[in-house]
Amino acid sequence: MALDSKIPQGPIADKWTNYKNHIDLVNPANKRNIDVIVVGTGLAGGSAAATLAELGYNVKAFCFQDSPRRAHSIAAQGGINAAKNYQGDGDSTYRLFYDTVKGGDYRSREANVYRLAEVSANIIDQCVAQGVPFAREYGGLLDNRSFGGVLVSRTFYAAGQTGQQLLLGAYSAMNRQIGRGKIKMYNRHEMLDVVKVDGKARGIITRNLITGEIERHSAHAVVLGTGGYGNVFFLSTNAMGSNVTAAWKAHKRGAYFANPCYTQIHPTCIPVSGDHQSKLTLMSESLRNDGRIWVPKHMKDVEAIKAGTLKPKDLAEEDRDYYLERRYPAFGNLVPRDVASRAAKERCDAGYGVNATGEAVFLDFASAIERYGKEQATVRHLDVNDAALVKKLGQEVVKNKYGNLFQMYEKIVDQDPYNTPMMIYPAVHYTMGGVWVDYNLMTTVPGLYCIGEANFSDHGANRLGASALMQGLADGYFVLPYTIGDYLSNDIRTGPISTDSKEFEEAEKEVREKIEFFVTNKGQHSVDYFHKRLGKIMWNKVGMSRNVQGLTEAISEIKALRAQFWKEVSVPGSSDELNEELAKAGRVADFLELGELFAKDALHREESAGGHFREDAVELDGEQKGEAKRDDENFAYVAAWEYKGEPSDAILHKEQLEFNDIELKQRSYK
Amino acid sequence: MNLTLKIWRQKNANDKGKMVDYKISDISPDMSFLEMLDVLNEQLINSGDEPVAFDHDCREGICGMCSLYINGEAHGPDRGVTTCQLHMRMFNDGDTIFIEPFRAKAFPVIKDLVVDRSSFDRIQHAGGFISVNTSGNTIDANAIPVNKENADDAFSAATCIGCGACVASCKNSSAMLFVGAKVSQFALLPQGQVEATDRVLNMVKQMDEEGFGNCTNTGACEVECPKGISLENIARMNREYLAASLKG
Repeated sequence: MALDSKIPQGPIADKWTNYKNHIDLVNPANKRNIDVIVVGTGLAGGSAAATLAELGYNVKAFCFQDSPRRAHSIAAQGGINAAKNYQGDGDSTYRLFYDTVKGGDYRSREANVYRLAEVSANIIDQCVAQGVPFAREYGGLLDNRSFGGVLVSRTFYAAGQTGQQLLLGAYSAMNRQIGRGKIKMYNRHEMLDVVKVDGKARGIITRNLITGEIERHSAHAVVLGTGGYGNVFFLSTNAMGSNVTAAWKAHKRGAYFANPCYTQIHPTCIPVSGDHQSKLTLMSESLRNDGRIWVPKHMKDVEAIKAGTLKPKDLAEEDRDYYLERRYPAFGNLVPRDVASRAAKERCDAGYGVNATGEAVFLDFASAIERYGKEQATVRHLDVNDAALVKKLGQEVVKNKYGNLFQMYEKIVDQDPYNTPMMIYPAVHYTMGGVWVDYNLMTTVPGLYCIGEANFSDHGANRLGASALMQGLADGYFVLPYTIGDYLSNDIRTGPISTDSKEFEEAEKEVREKIEFFVTNKGQHSVDYFHKRLGKIMWNKVGMSRNVQGLTEAISEIKALRAQFWKEVSVPGSSDELNEELAKAGRVADFLELGELFAKDALHREESAGGHFREDAVELDGEQKGEAKRDDENFAYVAAWEYKGEPSDAILHKEQLEFNDIELKQRSYK
Repeated sequence: MNLTLKIWRQKNANDKGKMVDYKISDISPDMSFLEMLDVLNEQLINSGDEPVAFDHDCREGICGMCSLYINGEAHGPDRGVTTCQLHMRMFNDGDTIFIEPFRAKAFPVIKDLVVDRSSFDRIQHAGGFISVNTSGNTIDANAIPVNKENADDAFSAATCIGCGACVASCKNSSAMLFVGAKVSQFALLPQGQVEATDRVLNMVKQMDEEGFGNCTNTGACEVECPKGISLENIARMNREYLAASLKG
């Protein structure tokens, strides 16, 4: 099947408006006869469920957590972008569009990104009306801050808990609709398959995670807002339950999976401390506004720091290598995430890592504390040469800006970051790949939609900070409610969809068989045993930098691991009760397939783009020597994979990306 | 570290449940409490036993999913943290640790340490929102200035993660801190004023119906709250409730 992105004709600035003017609408009386299933209740799924219910559709919403309020969007820290230009610093829809396309290394779809920038301002209005308590200035107006890779202040925030506040906003909008009976909420339910009838998505099979009951749910359309698949690496900043199951089951039912290898590695996470570690903790990127990143210049100092004989704060300034400031003088510590992550890895690979495992660099606030302290002493007419006073005043300023993050660091690492530099290392954070969707956010399965992080369209090969929240809410509040209406206008005479058809029966049977297998297979290894091994292969060979040999090995190792999993996995307990191991087994089974497709996608993409760094695609000379090398001539396309059984049999379809409004240029941060 | 764990095991809501002893060794002080339980569960699975069920998800202190009553305290001995952020360095080699579910009539046990906190959701359904439609055709966000102090206080109230530690710590199993926080967030913002009367009346009514107890100003909830939600929110809710009752 050829890929049709269905991008509307006409100038980019008019596409969305023209589109909205010409689509078919559903009469309000008819909406009452139409059911929509929304899977996942984070920013994308939650806002979509609330809005579709508001419009009058009957919504059934599903989440695996005990409440929609716990979706992992809640953990986003930094903020949400919007081209409001409240600061008058030159922001505009076009500039947000431009920054997002450039930041994504020119691997996103222009029309989708423009639409995102266009609706961004509405998101802020909507959330404020819902009672989201964004940070404000003394005049009572909204405050903004700046983020990496951008030259304007367009980020709206609520301390370091913006995701929490936005999610609670969407959750409250859902609550209003649940209270009205327009959303039927299914908590602690996991979607285990999509059901297609006559080629269209007409329902899902779920498992009630408390009773184990397998249920059939029908609808006229199905929407997936199920987040990313970063947990394929086992260690990531994702919540423990984040998984790829819904998206992968959709893929197996005909939805193409796009750019699976596009992973964002976030530069400022707390390093791994040992094999017991279950997940990684992100420290907001906003820390790089004030923190300076360094490692020692000399190996003897690295060793002394590791041995504990030298305190990092006692190392002389001239013996430190502020490698980001050295390599990228124009952007310094504020280079985009992919660049900062690669540079940290480069230093650690060269042996300059500062902790026991050799995988950490310093993020140092000493100069910021001194600078702010002197400023405060000057403002208050105090002695700027009193070092202790300056430090105290400076620490107060830093505490006001980043206090909650510093406290979190101290709790985890047991070191006081006000007095000794933090240690950080890159970690898997966000996946830019996902289910392929057209301009309508519909997958290659008619009636099956995919929104938020679960789809692929808006971030390209690298995501700029504060743009994930924007996309989730844009899709859910403002885009999907229009585009799905156009599709559903053909369903006003369909009537209720029966769950007694053979398609539902077969899908349920398959789900049951797999569950039965898990609880009866008496293997010798836990689910985590396999997940951790998969994670190691992924991180070592399909992680921050990749080469042909490693990727080829990874593919065969994952295949072998998968075969072993199906023989030797052990799942205690039964299928008719709360059984976390059983739920995990199904998720890891899907990760074991996705992981292979991920490596296959990485192998075929012979260029470096965004977080995807191919060791054989690197600038050899000139000003950009040693930097990642993109290949627009051969790879300016979306890689959309069609399922054909084993991941190795997947067929590649290409959606050529067209850039009519932005010139493709080398990303330089020198 | 070597530890003795005394853990509440209960097969399902109808089972009577009992404390069971487990020995565990080689625990690193750098582990979080939940990672220590992961190690225990791996042991149990490998020896053919059923792992201990406990709730958790984000493991960075924000989703509110993790619970656990540890040595008689919600989220354990450390202050201002959830269980996922509690680290084993808070304990000593040779310690015996008691691990129980959050107990309250309105939080029935589902299995082992997992309880049903959906009563919190139902309180929110009753009025924990502002009735604005989600079309995006609202007024410009800066059209209504909000006093910074009120915005900051609303934010502080809104940082509640809905974990239920307040309920578990309260001798009356009261949900007043949780409901007070939600009522306060909207009471402090101009957007929430129009339906303030109905909101507080409906939420309090639902809270009572769910079987939560009354507040007797003991203050244990504030002490055990991982997010430092202040008792002031209860006072504000009481004022809102009184005003609403007089109006009604």
